[in-house]
Amino acid sequence: MHVPILKQGDCLIASVQSVLSDADLLQLRDDLADRVGQFRSRGVIIDVTVLDVIDSFATRTLRAVAHMLKLRGAETVIVGIQPDVAFAMVQLGLTLEGIGTALDLEEGLAYLDHVPRKNLKHGK
Amino acid sequence: MENETRVAISSSADIVTARQQGRALADELGFDGSDLTVIATAISEVARNVVMHAKQGEILLRAVQNGNKRGIKVIARDEGSGIKNVEKAMQYGYSSGKGLGVGLPGAKWLMDDFEIETQVGEGTKVTMIKWLK
Repeated sequence: MHVPILKQGDCLIASVQSVLSDADLLQLRDDLADRVGQFRSRGVIIDVTVLDVIDSFATRTLRAVAHMLKLRGAETVIVGIQPDVAFAMVQLGLTLEGIGTALDLEEGLAYLDHVPRKNLKHGK
Repeated sequence: MENETRVAISSSADIVTARQQGRALADELGFDGSDLTVIATAISEVARNVVMHAKQGEILLRAVQNGNKRGIKVIARDEGSGIKNVEKAMQYGYSSGKGLGVGLPGAKWLMDDFEIETQVGEGTKVTMIKWLK
C-alpha cells in the first residue's frame, strides 16, 4: 500500500493509511529519501497511527529512514505509535533510540519547530 | 471445534495476512487489545523468519484448550535449510545477517509457550501458544 507524502512548508508528512508490508516500508524509505532532496525538506513526520503492529523489521526500517534522512539534512519524527503497539515493542526490546517521537501530528509539528535549525517554517 | 486457519507464506504481503488472521482468531477467542497486538507481532516475527530463511512455508492458527485454560496456538513451518545452531538463533541480538536478531527470541518473550524443532536440510517448525488470562 502506497504511503502518500504531503509537503507542508519545508516539512514532509508521510501519512500511513493502512497496514504496511515489508516491501511497502522499503518503498516508503526510498520515496522519502527522494522527496527530501526534491523539496529540500528540513523535517519529516511519519504518522504511524494506523499501524497495529510495529515489529523488528518495521522498527529497523524506521530507524534506517531517520538516519538516512538525517544524513540528507532532515530531522525525522515518528508520530502516533499506539499504546498497545508501544507495549509490544517494549516487550520485544525494540527502541527508536536517537529518533524523534511525538504523540500525534500536532505534537510532531511542534517537535520539529523546536529542533534547532535555521529558517525552518511550516507553510500555512 | 478443530478448525484451523492455514496461511501460505512466501512474500512480505503474506506476513501481513498471517498476522491479520491471527489477530482475528485471537479476537474471536476473547483476547483483549494489548494481547491482540502482542500475538500479531509474534506471528509477524515467525512469519518473517520463514520468508527470510526458507522463502516459503506456512502459518497454522488454531484454538487450544488445556483443562480450564484456553488459548491460541501458532505454528510456523517451513522446509528450508533448518537452523544449525538453535541456541545461537535464540540469543537476543544474534543475527545470521538479514535481520535484527530479534525475531525468534522476541516472539518467545511475547508468547507464553514457545518451542522450536529444526533439522538441518529439512526445515524448521516453531510452535507457540498464548493463553487467555
